[in-house]
Amino acid sequence: MKAQEIDRRDFVKLTATGLLVLFAVDPTSAGQETARPQTGRQGYPTDVNAYLHIGADGKVTCFVGKVELGQGAMTSLPQLLAEDLDVPLASVTVVMGDTDLCPWDMGTFGSLSIRQFGPVLRQAAADARAVLLQLASERLQVPVERLAVKAGVVSDAADPKKTVTYGQLTEGKRIERKVDGKAPLKAVKSFSVVGQSAKRRDGIEKVTGGAKYAGDVVPPGGVLHARVLRPPAHGATMGQVDTSAAEKRPGVKVVRDGDLVAVVHEHWDEADRALALVKAEWTRRDPAFDDKTMYDHFLKTAGPATTAAEGGSLAEGEKLVTEVVEGTYYDSYVAHAPMEPHSATAVVEDGKVTVWAGTQTPFPVKNQLMQALKLPADKVRVITPYVGGGFGGKSASRQAIEAARLAMLTGKPVRVVFSRQEEFFYDTFRPASIVRIRAGLTASKTIALWDYKVYCAGERGAAHFYNIPNHRTAWTGGWSGNSGALHPFAVGPWRAPGASSNAFGRESHIDVLAAKSGIDPVEFRLKNLADQRMVRTLNAVIKKFGWTPKPAPSGRGVGVALGTDAGTYVALMVEVAVDKATGKVQVKRVVCAQDMGVVVNPEGTLQQIEGCITMGLGYTLSEEVHFKGAEVLERSFGTYELPRFSWLPTIEAVLIDAPEIPAQGGGEPAIVPLGAAVANAIFDAVGARLDRMPMTPERVKAAMKR
Amino acid sequence: MRVVSFTLNGKPTRLTVDETRPLLWVLRDDLGLTGTKFGCGEAVCGSCTVVVNNQAVRSCATAIGDVEGKKVVTIEGLANGDRLHAIQQAFVDHLAYQCGYCTPGMIMGAYALLLKNPKAARADIVKELDAHLCRCGAHVRILKAVESAATTMKGGVR
Repeated sequence: MKAQEIDRRDFVKLTATGLLVLFAVDPTSAGQETARPQTGRQGYPTDVNAYLHIGADGKVTCFVGKVELGQGAMTSLPQLLAEDLDVPLASVTVVMGDTDLCPWDMGTFGSLSIRQFGPVLRQAAADARAVLLQLASERLQVPVERLAVKAGVVSDAADPKKTVTYGQLTEGKRIERKVDGKAPLKAVKSFSVVGQSAKRRDGIEKVTGGAKYAGDVVPPGGVLHARVLRPPAHGATMGQVDTSAAEKRPGVKVVRDGDLVAVVHEHWDEADRALALVKAEWTRRDPAFDDKTMYDHFLKTAGPATTAAEGGSLAEGEKLVTEVVEGTYYDSYVAHAPMEPHSATAVVEDGKVTVWAGTQTPFPVKNQLMQALKLPADKVRVITPYVGGGFGGKSASRQAIEAARLAMLTGKPVRVVFSRQEEFFYDTFRPASIVRIRAGLTASKTIALWDYKVYCAGERGAAHFYNIPNHRTAWTGGWSGNSGALHPFAVGPWRAPGASSNAFGRESHIDVLAAKSGIDPVEFRLKNLADQRMVRTLNAVIKKFGWTPKPAPSGRGVGVALGTDAGTYVALMVEVAVDKATGKVQVKRVVCAQDMGVVVNPEGTLQQIEGCITMGLGYTLSEEVHFKGAEVLERSFGTYELPRFSWLPTIEAVLIDAPEIPAQGGGEPAIVPLGAAVANAIFDAVGARLDRMPMTPERVKAAMKR
Repeated sequence: MRVVSFTLNGKPTRLTVDETRPLLWVLRDDLGLTGTKFGCGEAVCGSCTVVVNNQAVRSCATAIGDVEGKKVVTIEGLANGDRLHAIQQAFVDHLAYQCGYCTPGMIMGAYALLLKNPKAARADIVKELDAHLCRCGAHVRILKAVESAATTMKGGVR
């Protein structure tokens, strides 16, 4: 077939009518980057070429807008592609988070890479496979129905010697082919790559120091470090700035553009020393509340509530119940505290800005750069190297904009690496929040009334999954932004945004109801559950943990909590030891059962579960951001305490075999019920109900005295 | 400014440098060894750990002048060509990392521990690494990796 030229306009027209076109371009050709279809539109492209490329040598490149934060997407996403394309996993390399090379993506968050983007990638692979089969049919003169594919080799089922490889089919030619759209995806029972614990692709680089993060990239010609002048508190406005002392230091240059004042030097530490010499006056605009009065402030300031879920009638429920139990549960501001501070390296070349950014959202960052720098789309590129942890905190990427502005201003490559103090200051914290519940029990100890209202944690994970005939779940104040000046600073997504705060309220209160009923907390849950997926998840954890029923407090220090997140069901059981003299809690054992549908990479999933549980110990026991006015007081790991090796419980996990359910999220669910499970275990141990996280020794002691 | 001479990953190195500057930034910015990570700048997180004369030190809080005449090993100096050090291999085998940012510091901390105490048991490893932070929660696997490396090396730490 003769190669045909298709210009961009035709290409858009074709894709707009739902036709698919396969281009195979020699990866060594200079035109590869420009040949990659980039519609510039938001939304996943319909053209398979945006997601994959097959070289003449049969090597496959997978392009995804997702990024590698440590969660393993660079390993699991190629598994999906290899499965539906029918190529060896080892032949696939992956390019991630590069806005010039990869298909648009809104960002890597929400445990969406597998459950939402996965089907898109699989469809692209299946469609490409269908096109390749058509081409093979013509080449081999064999009807498509008679063809089989194994490891990128197409063969005639009737004459297995008759073969052609994907590489031979695409070799050296640009192929244009229409397909009807929806090639069938492979059935779960025929999976051979998905469901296997494929080896992580980032191991060697990460253990040798070779892995590059945004602050490690050195553009040709070197790079200047910029340290940016920061306000003492959020919302403070800049007055007089005296940079004279800083400017006297050798090799230092001060750059100013409006409120952006930066000190640049070829070494980070010397730029930092010079920044300390800059004197600035600030006018603060602090809010009237502080971390002691914030809960009253939320109750007074939060706007009208939105109903997230409801059923039956609360008035009817009030009539049915014999006992009403009310409870209020509080949570605190917590930080993301990734080990890699926000970093970016920016280069301007021939009017085009390229920014290597440690970000979860390369495409939105590109849009922000276009706005900030007033540049068209083809003059801005964001490349995302390895990201040193995100947890939601790198959805916001102020450092990328600053690096690019400073590179434009200085005409030289510029790098911005936040200090740990800046990292804490500019973090988009998980909001502090309040959950208020009014619930009622019938004479037979079933829950017949559930009136739930959450302030400032948002909707995620708020709705219950129990069998309660009369219920309402309402929320006011989301987990992101800061509308209505509810918070002293902007808040944002933090691993399963708001869901841990909601689970803490709900699952604590369920235990309170169980204790009032004199029933074992697990038995009480089973009695009030109808959702069979949750029942089987709970049964799985009961078995793995070896739960024996006893009403709490039993003195054993065992606790249970349930949650749903990102389409996944999770049940946790924990065992704690409480030091009655000091109030210190040690979590000794955590068992997790998780139903996440199809499991793409079991070992990767276990890593995420272990990560959720270990990280979750922090919000549960120690992490809390204090503030004075709009000044963030926790600015160091010295005062903001992350979980450590000595805190580690034994962690066990069981993944429920659920091939009938499509793959769901795995990065966040297991962190959701941990706080509640620990609170319930503390109650079981010492009979004290903790109503606020983190459950610090002081709060545990105070609860024991109540 | 003065001349500082030391051995870096087995190679004699001489630099004319402000001797008060942190070793971390000299390694990263002057010498291009970016495997050593900046995490906090106040010797709290352990991301910048390197080994100086067989002791783990926080390079963010070590002046370059203080390594005069000493042997400095960074994460880049641990493997022997393409052959990973046993601790590195154990980190790969046990998936003892996620984002990888704390990993070089963890490995160097473990390396110094095993130099000092080749038979380190779990409690010793916990004690040593307790001053290293990991936010992803790879702790369980890091402990397994270091335990397994200690067993593999049978006391033969390079």
